[in-house]
Amino acid sequence: MRGATHARWAAGAVAVALAATGCGGGDSGGSSGGGDSGAVLSSSWGDPQNPLEPANTNEVQGGKVLDMIFRGLKRYNAKTGAAEDMLAEKIETTDSQNFTITVKDGWTFSNGEKVTAKSFVDAWNYGASLKNNQKNAYFFEYIQGYDKVHPSDGSKQTADTLSGLKVVDDRTFTVALTQKFSTFPDTLGYNAYVPLPQSFFTDHKAWLAKPVGNGPYAVDSYTKGSQLSVRKWDGYPGEDKAQNGGVDLKVYTDNNTAYTDLLAGNLDLVDDVPAAQLKNVQADLGDRYINTPAGIIQTLSFPFYDKAWNKPGSEKVREGLSRAIDRDQITDTIFQKTRTPATDWTSPVLGEDGGYKEGLCGDACEYDADAAKKLVKEGGGLPGGQVKITYNADTGSHKQWVDAVCNSINNALDNDQACVGNPVGTFADYRNQITERKMSGPFRAGWQMDYPLIQNFLQPLYYTNASSNDGKWSNADFDKLVNEANAEEDTAKAVQKFQQAEEVVRDNMAAIPLWYQNGSAGYSQRLSNVSLNPFSVPVYDQIKVS
Amino acid sequence: MGRYVIRRLLQMIPVFVGATLLIFLMVNVMGDPIAGLCGDRKCDPATAAQLRREFGLDKPVWQQYLTYMGNVFTGDFGTAFNGQEVTELMASAFPVTIRLTIVAILFEIVIGITFGVVTGLRRGRPVDTGVLLTTLVVISVPTFVTGLLLQLLLGVEWGWISPSVSSDAPFGELIVPGLVLASVSLAYVTRLTRTSIAENARGDYVRTAVAKGLPRHRVIRKHLLRNSLIPVVTFIGTDIGALMGGAIVTERIFNIHGVGYQLYQGILRQNTQTVVGFVTVLVLVFLVANLLVDLLYAVLDPRIRYA
Repeated sequence: MRGATHARWAAGAVAVALAATGCGGGDSGGSSGGGDSGAVLSSSWGDPQNPLEPANTNEVQGGKVLDMIFRGLKRYNAKTGAAEDMLAEKIETTDSQNFTITVKDGWTFSNGEKVTAKSFVDAWNYGASLKNNQKNAYFFEYIQGYDKVHPSDGSKQTADTLSGLKVVDDRTFTVALTQKFSTFPDTLGYNAYVPLPQSFFTDHKAWLAKPVGNGPYAVDSYTKGSQLSVRKWDGYPGEDKAQNGGVDLKVYTDNNTAYTDLLAGNLDLVDDVPAAQLKNVQADLGDRYINTPAGIIQTLSFPFYDKAWNKPGSEKVREGLSRAIDRDQITDTIFQKTRTPATDWTSPVLGEDGGYKEGLCGDACEYDADAAKKLVKEGGGLPGGQVKITYNADTGSHKQWVDAVCNSINNALDNDQACVGNPVGTFADYRNQITERKMSGPFRAGWQMDYPLIQNFLQPLYYTNASSNDGKWSNADFDKLVNEANAEEDTAKAVQKFQQAEEVVRDNMAAIPLWYQNGSAGYSQRLSNVSLNPFSVPVYDQIKVS
Repeated sequence: MGRYVIRRLLQMIPVFVGATLLIFLMVNVMGDPIAGLCGDRKCDPATAAQLRREFGLDKPVWQQYLTYMGNVFTGDFGTAFNGQEVTELMASAFPVTIRLTIVAILFEIVIGITFGVVTGLRRGRPVDTGVLLTTLVVISVPTFVTGLLLQLLLGVEWGWISPSVSSDAPFGELIVPGLVLASVSLAYVTRLTRTSIAENARGDYVRTAVAKGLPRHRVIRKHLLRNSLIPVVTFIGTDIGALMGGAIVTERIFNIHGVGYQLYQGILRQNTQTVVGFVTVLVLVFLVANLLVDLLYAVLDPRIRYA
């Protein structure tokens, strides 16, 4: 027994010594800032809705993983949102329509395979092809030949690859678009455009069970529905190497449980603080709570296919409704300032150079009960005497804010019956009713940007027959300005054109901007240097663990 | 006995078909699930049409149901929208929920019946009043309150347990969730047993047994308890199914990835395959549990004979 006791003491001494040297190493290293670059952190996660294929992941939970294990041609700066070259050595064009892309040398996937021009072209062809059921296929719609590999009328596809993509040599490929699109290179930071290794195509099932990418982390183990562990990839050639040893993503059904786990020290990072806890979060976490703008805007759209909402004078009713909503009060009381009243149709994360213009909405977004009453009256009154705001009641505390918006409208218009909420049980049903054009009044519309460009906040939402133009708004002036902006080679001028288009949206009040959504996160005392990128995803590779 | 069992098994068939058909129709009424897969935007129509074809959603409902049932009998429960086979989801979810149910049932049997016997034999005494009051409180407080309270106290304030259950969900971590899940039923079991014991304690056969000079523990165990347990067994038997399917709240609170979690996610995503598959299995569990309960009667009470 004595021997055993000795052994324990010896082990204790070694541990102390190790701790001491570990600490010293951190100090002399400088860059690690006291963090242990081998330590693993745990983070809350949700089960991804779709298989983890880059062109099939359109929600933030799957996006989180792709963001860790993949790097594309461009990457959006976590602070400014600007698109910066990652794997792209250069992207050249003379006419904003044909692009020559050169891939940097020296990049490999974590299985050792080289990242070449072919890795990109194959991945993009896979993403665009109809037979692969990729939900982000429309990201490739501007590339020539898209109508052949992905016929929109559902007829059989007549080609397997996009004719607009050509591999020139190992590191060069060309992209031919169907129209001028000057900001096309800046869209290439989106997850759908990442390169894929050959194993993705040859052994698809095995790849899905354990995805292989070219990012700073590599997947260590993946138990679907419960946990995904990524570990730092030591051979990562990029400059944004992981500052920690890895991340364990744990699936939580309820973000309240994740929050409780964080308080109990069972979890390191929660990137979705539940609305019910927002009141306590300062007391619980203090400065370990972050709340930063994300590229999400919430608006109320209108059914322009309904005559009642699309007649002369309707824009006055819409503007009146906009002026009847007390955004400040609602964001303060219901969202505890995790949303900011919107004053334009984009997002502050774009920055002023990117096209965000504070106050572009002007008076039309200012709460003023008298003006609201007057405008609604001038516009011929509310269609049917009452507006019904339709929303899905299953997630995201939509009921609370819709009720608050209705209260605000009722108070402003001095009419108890002016506005009521119209809940729909599930999100899928809600989307169905929208696509089937069954909306009878304003409806909730949330927009999370795909890439931080003003184009992404306007064209998909308000361009005639655009993919997310749910209200079917159509305006020739707007379309013309967007076309001109896309053809403009100078970015600053393009942004100006887009802002002019945005003014058309404002003058017609095509949608009522409500508020910009923030990303929020809370973390344990072990972590430091935690931040959220403009997509409200934690910047995992920079987190330091002590 | 054998004929009885066969008759009961045959009766299960219409119940099974009816129950699955109902669930199938209910999930279908919720509408087209594909639209929910594309976030806050319209699905690309070509891809949506292709997905609908692949999941068979473009066919009429009766045909979908027949195809589905045909597949179920060959052991193919279909594929969830995230590409996982439903059987795979079941293989990961059911063991967890079964463990949770076992813990809960054990609590019901051990604590519930013990309390029931003690209070039934000591009617009107302070113990009886105390337990009755406690059960009243437990029954009137909703499960999610009990769950969140215990989670906060034991998990965060005192740090005795971890507030959430890890993905392996071993028995040790399921004790508190099991207790929460069992709490309401446990109170009912206590009350049922108490009433039953109290009634039978006045029975002639008990007086006879006492008069024969049998030791007290033997009277209680062999004669009194055995007869008093019949209603309790019925309750616990039907509760097995209810606990397995009704654990959604408890599983959410403690982040247990069991049947409740899969059902909840399936309903949110309108995933017909997942929901119908899991409910089908739950229906089977219900039916079998009920049959077992009926057979247990014969064991407990020799007067009951099945022919």
